[in-house]
Amino acid sequence: VAKMVVLTNVKTVTMIPGDGIGPEISAAVMKIFEAAKAPITWEERNVTAIKGPGGRWMIPPDAKESMDRSKIGLKGPLKTPIAAGHPSMNLLLRKTFDLYANVRPCVSIEGYKTPYTDVNLVTIRENTEGEYSGIEHMIVDGVVQSIKLITENASRRIAEYAFEYARNNKRTSVTAVHKANIMRMSDGLFLRKCREVAENYKDIKFTEMYLDTVCLNMVQDPTQFDVLVMPNLYGDILSDLCAGLIGGLGVTPSGNIGANGVAIFESVHGTAPDIAGMDLANPTALLLSAVMMLHHMGLHDHADKIQTACFDTIRDKKVLTKDLGGSAKCSEFTAEICRRVQDLD
Amino acid sequence: MTTRSVRALSGALKPLFSPRSPQGYVVAVCHQTHKSTYTAPPARYGGRHTVTLIPGDGIGPELAKHVCELFRFCCVPVDFEVVNVDSTETSEDDINNAIMAIRRNGVALKGNIETNHNLPPSYKSRNSLLRTTLDLYASVMHCQSLPGVRTQHRNIDIITIRENTEGEYSSLEHENVPGVVESLKIITRTKSLRIADYAFRTAREKGRRRVTAVHKANIMKLGDGLFLECCKEVASGYPEITFDSMIVDNTTMQLVSRPQQFDVMVMPNLYGNVVSNVCAGLVGGPGLVPGANYGENYAVFETGTRNTGKSIANRNTANPTAMLLASCLLLDHLKLHGYASMIRKAILSTITDSRVRSHRCYMQYVGGIQLLLLRPALYFDITLNMSSPLCSSCTLLIWEVRAPHLKWSSPSWMQSRALDLAHRGTRNQMTVRLYL
Repeated sequence: VAKMVVLTNVKTVTMIPGDGIGPEISAAVMKIFEAAKAPITWEERNVTAIKGPGGRWMIPPDAKESMDRSKIGLKGPLKTPIAAGHPSMNLLLRKTFDLYANVRPCVSIEGYKTPYTDVNLVTIRENTEGEYSGIEHMIVDGVVQSIKLITENASRRIAEYAFEYARNNKRTSVTAVHKANIMRMSDGLFLRKCREVAENYKDIKFTEMYLDTVCLNMVQDPTQFDVLVMPNLYGDILSDLCAGLIGGLGVTPSGNIGANGVAIFESVHGTAPDIAGMDLANPTALLLSAVMMLHHMGLHDHADKIQTACFDTIRDKKVLTKDLGGSAKCSEFTAEICRRVQDLD
Repeated sequence: MTTRSVRALSGALKPLFSPRSPQGYVVAVCHQTHKSTYTAPPARYGGRHTVTLIPGDGIGPELAKHVCELFRFCCVPVDFEVVNVDSTETSEDDINNAIMAIRRNGVALKGNIETNHNLPPSYKSRNSLLRTTLDLYASVMHCQSLPGVRTQHRNIDIITIRENTEGEYSSLEHENVPGVVESLKIITRTKSLRIADYAFRTAREKGRRRVTAVHKANIMKLGDGLFLECCKEVASGYPEITFDSMIVDNTTMQLVSRPQQFDVMVMPNLYGNVVSNVCAGLVGGPGLVPGANYGENYAVFETGTRNTGKSIANRNTANPTAMLLASCLLLDHLKLHGYASMIRKAILSTITDSRVRSHRCYMQYVGGIQLLLLRPALYFDITLNMSSPLCSSCTLLIWEVRAPHLKWSSPSWMQSRALDLAHRGTRNQMTVRLYL
């Protein structure tokens, strides 16, 4: 009996639906991917923290095993419990997989009007150290000291990633954002590493700019920026600023790149418990993150197809969810995108 | 009622304070007293004040020159004691001299002093040194949408109050292990209470309804948590003012989508830097917003966004509005409200009319005209033919009129009497009627 072995290049992706509107938008994305015939199989996992041996909080072992195998993850919004005793899930994921770079491409969406047009920039933020090291002490009553940690290795790693990203995505310039006039040693170290790495990427223009100058210029003319690389806190503020320029967290994709080739793409909005389960959610953020994931995996054709379908739907303004200014349901919006994807074939 | 011929002695033009006030624009001239017992430094002999002037680097010296010229033309009773701070010097003598001069005079007008961040960390930022030594704990910036300036958002009116002396700017850094640098951010209860108190007091004085504290207490639980706690404590003493708080990344997002929701914002040092620069960008850029640093005993005025503007230095393209409005804040502080409102009105009416481009200098100091009236007259018309075209808001500044029957004519008096006839026959011509 001859055995037929069918070689497929179907890739596995770990899907983490999340809480609140997470399951609905994940289902929407999976449906759209099916319509686009993308070669992806999904493995759904839950990442609610459990207490492992030794009393340390960790993510469930089956989730970790799935991620280690597939290396790519797509995550919906996760609820941060207030008094559950364990740290936030995002922090846990970050530590488990050493997700050192947070990438947020901000591109103006035609059809979703904001006061800023033609925005096309990428913020790359160091995700592991900096001001978010969590090291704080109360020295005496009424005096608190927070420690901001900058290390050579982390700075070099993020700078290298930023230039690699710029090269792979045909970007022309990388700008390091810092405040080295005030924080001489820490941001000075970050800047020095960026300069060193820039030496190896002569085809990409490297500039440095103070954080306040970037903020000032960003709200006047965001078109002058291309790729921005920065430490944790500035990255947090600037990436949200850029998200605000294109329309908010509901339409912004985001990706976290880790060591060992792991990458988790996520939507950065909240869980929106007030509209959970009512089929009103907007899956655009998660969808665009998934598109980013396809680009990362090299499936550019499918990525472009889905992105075009999504943008065309928004541009047409006929079927839009409530936060985009329309009155359609999530399922209708999803169906419309599926239809366009199939038409594009 | 006859026009008299006027002999112009030199043929150039200076801006004049427009007699027509800009339509519907209300200038808030409010003197900021941060302590009920504090009084402005006393006027010196002859009713003149002495103010320390630190030109700084980049566009600083040219802006300082504009302020000096303007004060001279308006006969403002202020003398400037100029102290130069050389940013290339590693010794701290220059900045110490400047600090001593400010202690002596009580108020200062300063440009930004550049910090070369490639120098070793022992070289501290001169601006930072000045602020911490003089304990200028509150940095206040009032960002308002100006009628003539085209921006993406309208109707913005935000006061940002930023703690100026501690937080991330403590300059305490060390490298315990090679390749690992630690930088300390210090938040103290006393300073947080002080800045919160200042914010609420200012809000009350100016009739503001809402104070928003900007923080990142979900991540920096102890540090920003302490700041937030102090703000809440102070808020309980001001029941008529609503107090709320917002995380800094959400704040920046809200600022670019809906900035009209903010009223007064109070925050620690670094977030203050980010938020005030975003607000300045929203209302039209670094050239338009003045800033003020207040302490218990001293006040220093500068441009709001503290830029050196190296790339546009010495090209006569820098926008002097921010520095000139800062000098108006200085005059208000010295209780010279008449001069302050006069200068402010002139500046703002200049912006209201003309096209605003950041690379155009729209206060064109071209030269001076001296008009000599030969015979008494009730009014006379001045027609000027210029070699270069005039923009639609160009106005004529007359700073001295000598006439036999007049004893002394102050600029404000002349302003109230001059009437721009707006006969712009050609683009290069302008006619103004001055009633005596």
